Amino acid sequence: MSNVVENYDIVVVGAGHAGCEAALACARLGFETICFTVSVESIALMPCNPNIGGSSKGHLVRELDALGGEMGKNIDKTYIQSKMLNKSKGPAVHSLRAQADKSAYTLNMRRVMENTDHLTIRQAEVSEIIVNEGKITGVKTFSGATYNAKAVVLCTGTYLNARCVYGDVANYTGPNGLSAANHLTDSLIKNGVEMYRFKTGTPARVDKRSIDFSKMEEQFGDEEVVPFSFTTKKEDLQREQVSCWLTYTNEETHKIIKANLDRSPLYSGDIKGTGPRYCPSIEDKVVRFSDKPKHQVFVEPEGLYTNEMYLGGMSSSLPEDVQYAMYRTVPGLENVKIVRNAYAIEYDCINPVQLKSSLEFKNIKGLFSGGQFNGSSGYEEAAVQGLVAGINAAMYIKGEEPLVLDRSEAYIGVLIDDLVTKENFEPYRMMTSRAEYRLILRQDNADLRLTKYGHKVGLISDERYEAVLDKERQISKEVERLENTPIGANQKVQALLEACNSTPLKTGTTLAELIKRPELSYEMLKEIDANREELAEDVIEQVNINLKYDGYISRQLKQVEHFKKLEQKIIPEDIDYDKVGNLRAEALQKLKKFRPRSIGQASRISGVSPADISVLLVYLSIK
Amino acid sequence: MITDTIAAISTSTMSNAGIGIVRISGDEAISIADKIFVSNTPNKTLKNVKSHTINYGKIVENGKYIDEVLVSVMKAPNTYTKEDIVEINCHGGILVVQKILSLVIESGARIAEPGEFTKRAFLNGRMDLSQAEAVMELIHSKNEFALKSSMSSLRGDFSNKINEIREQVINNIAYIEAALDDPEHISLEGFLEELGENVDKYIQTVEKLLATADNGRILKEGISTVILGKPNAGKSSLLNALSGVERAIVTDIEGTTRDTLEEQINLDGIVLNLIDTAGIRETQDIVEKIGVQKAKDYAQTADLIIYVVDASTKLDDNDLEIIDIIKDKKTIVLLNKSDLEAKITMEDIKEHINCKTVSISAKNLEGIDDLSDTIKKMFLKGEVSFDDEIYVANVRQKTSLQEALKSFKMVKTSIENCMPEDFLSIDLMNAYAELGKIVGQSVEEDLVNEIFSKFCMGK
Repeated sequence: MSNVVENYDIVVVGAGHAGCEAALACARLGFETICFTVSVESIALMPCNPNIGGSSKGHLVRELDALGGEMGKNIDKTYIQSKMLNKSKGPAVHSLRAQADKSAYTLNMRRVMENTDHLTIRQAEVSEIIVNEGKITGVKTFSGATYNAKAVVLCTGTYLNARCVYGDVANYTGPNGLSAANHLTDSLIKNGVEMYRFKTGTPARVDKRSIDFSKMEEQFGDEEVVPFSFTTKKEDLQREQVSCWLTYTNEETHKIIKANLDRSPLYSGDIKGTGPRYCPSIEDKVVRFSDKPKHQVFVEPEGLYTNEMYLGGMSSSLPEDVQYAMYRTVPGLENVKIVRNAYAIEYDCINPVQLKSSLEFKNIKGLFSGGQFNGSSGYEEAAVQGLVAGINAAMYIKGEEPLVLDRSEAYIGVLIDDLVTKENFEPYRMMTSRAEYRLILRQDNADLRLTKYGHKVGLISDERYEAVLDKERQISKEVERLENTPIGANQKVQALLEACNSTPLKTGTTLAELIKRPELSYEMLKEIDANREELAEDVIEQVNINLKYDGYISRQLKQVEHFKKLEQKIIPEDIDYDKVGNLRAEALQKLKKFRPRSIGQASRISGVSPADISVLLVYLSIK
Repeated sequence: MITDTIAAISTSTMSNAGIGIVRISGDEAISIADKIFVSNTPNKTLKNVKSHTINYGKIVENGKYIDEVLVSVMKAPNTYTKEDIVEINCHGGILVVQKILSLVIESGARIAEPGEFTKRAFLNGRMDLSQAEAVMELIHSKNEFALKSSMSSLRGDFSNKINEIREQVINNIAYIEAALDDPEHISLEGFLEELGENVDKYIQTVEKLLATADNGRILKEGISTVILGKPNAGKSSLLNALSGVERAIVTDIEGTTRDTLEEQINLDGIVLNLIDTAGIRETQDIVEKIGVQKAKDYAQTADLIIYVVDASTKLDDNDLEIIDIIKDKKTIVLLNKSDLEAKITMEDIKEHINCKTVSISAKNLEGIDDLSDTIKKMFLKGEVSFDDEIYVANVRQKTSLQEALKSFKMVKTSIENCMPEDFLSIDLMNAYAELGKIVGQSVEEDLVNEIFSKFCMGK
């Protein structure tokens, strides 16, 4: 029996947000790459919420952009509303979030993919991975074709053995009725991969014409929109925006939900997957927070060329008739017509502790994975993992060191480190509180932090890298100048301070010290700063932040220094923990399972004590 | 990678009269010692003395005299750890030794982990490879022991207060973080005022706890002495009798459990931490069963066991069970009720177990002095001892309290300076982590769990 056999450098399975980034990175680095999808129309599909970014997720997108990823550019091209969240809070938690025109987002990414050299798109279901002596050599499709490859990146999202459920209706499909991938799980298990079953859900999409917006609060975008990508010029980005709408559930809604809980597959036990606690279904919210009289519902457009609206906050897996009943209790939705039902989806994913920090499987050389397949949730979390997995598949073939960002360098580092060192029993979502050094990991300095790595791996041009270096120089030069510019308590200065409601000076100080005052800023001191040169807006922003939060930032930098010491103590991959001796039983078992990359990573594994770390250090120094 | 300077109490710190040594090792050892040492020779600093010399002077805190000391200065590399080492020999009793260790820590050293001097000696090449195994074994066992003893010796009321604050702090942080993560669902309006008031309360409580710590009273210091026996053997009267011998009862400690009673007594400078337990016997009663199990558990970790036998009744199965529990422990057997007709003799006991025996009547206070003497002799001969890690633990816990206090104060300052809320949660988190160290809790997923359980997140 003959069948198709083709040879590639890299196979990427899946063309969602992770798969696209992985495939683009590999191809852009010059490797012949083939990207499989169950449907070409579903490339970069947004099957759930119609937005990109949000608290901490916005950080991820900017970091991805600094490394040479595509998501930031794509949302800049296709956003229809954009907001900087948390603007009243500190700069570390400012976060961009944009509403996307979903179909434009998908089409644009497809266009980029289709026009990237070395990249082949193929519609087919991958059903097997081919492993020889612990090393990946390719994949097989359900139709029997073989694709040989030096590295494979799995980004199967929510498609593995997917099952969509509402009420007692279950469809064995992926999101939006797309075909599920029903064979790959078996092949993975045969190759010793430990699988989990997770669950997530999405609310109904409804017809805009059936909504009474007069009963809702209108939510506008920012007047001046900030781009996601460092390559997008701000002035090219400004365009007319559409509104979102806010309304609330009420006692009546909750009564209907409670009365029908027994018909929810989540409560009847029909759904066995573990759902995330951070985006609970509306029935979950009503049960768990029963004292809350109302919950917010955000009504968001799915795009410019459709009347479909997304009901954010009301994801559900209740039966169709209950969905109608509960939605229609919400002000403005009294006569709502559902276009697509809300549903819960169950899917197979892996226990990510089987991965190294490079996102390569510990036990299968050359096999990488990213996205929801790794037990995360969210488009942005998926995209950054796809990018890292793609880059590292390329580094693997080149025989170069993988790109591993640590927790002090990027949210991406925090995300991946959490996935591979912590036992996760629900889809993992990024949160700013997970980043212990978040004052340093700001969305505004992602380029300063990460462009160098993007350049090093080959995804960022020399020109772009030079520009960042130049920006860095300008910032430090200006900070130094301000620190060394004395300001006397003269009349002009006092008058300015008074005008800004700031305490007058008693003795001389420096410009830098004045900028540190909460009520003042770099811009406000222009009049008393004679030698000021014209600087770009983003340089000024950094100068302001660096000076204003200097105390806090230097404290975190000190912590980082300590953290780095343990992080840089790399544990040899071939270490035999049984030979170490004197580790406590629990620590021994955990270390054997997780096989941490460094002493630092080992110290974060629950069940490994400081004493075990000391023992390990002594052991390593003998070796 | 070793760059910081460590310190610990390096001699046994048993009685209140002993000499103690605080040992410092690391790059900064000499300069740290100089910060608190004043020589009797004018203008002499430790930085300028020759290596391997002993220097006479005093330790001061902000100019205030603390103790008269001899300080050995040993410069790298010819030292145990191959780093600069300073040893401060002081003689003012355990509280002073602790005080000096505290000063050393405040001046920039870090408390050594158990076995860390030896670990450094190894890592710096002072010892050969064959000794590595021994080092790891040492670190392993010392840590296990230290962890157990410092936790079990923490006073119940103390840890309760810490846990109480921690619970509130994590809730405050979760509120802020939930709002940062989901600004459209959760608002922080008006929260800062409430937080400011809360933090004032935390500061007050921590300051109070610190005052307690300064008196060395965080921990139940002393020889952990468990009184075992069958019901009605006279355990409680013994406790009363012993308490009565010495009026100097240091504290009445509310046990963490309702079924054991603890008291501290001082026998001429030797501190006993007495734990009275439920009588041990076969029982079907569930509550009593728990008490019996607890008594057995205490016996396992005790430094010394006083086994009270009712001499007026014959040994039975319950006695044999107790003997089985204590056969490998340091034990004194008390033949109580010497005022009644004896059914058991010392010889009967010695058939089963080899240990010291004393005959008393707890009721008539006879033989109590003999018991005291026996304990003192055992202690002075080194037959019983207790883990001096406790004293280090005490300083460690105090350091954590100070760090927590510092963090709370920073939160206050930040609120006054109108810093955005996300800055506040960083310092609150530091305080939470420091307080956690005291009660042996790490942070791990606490925050994420708190956010999800208390706040309804959107999507």
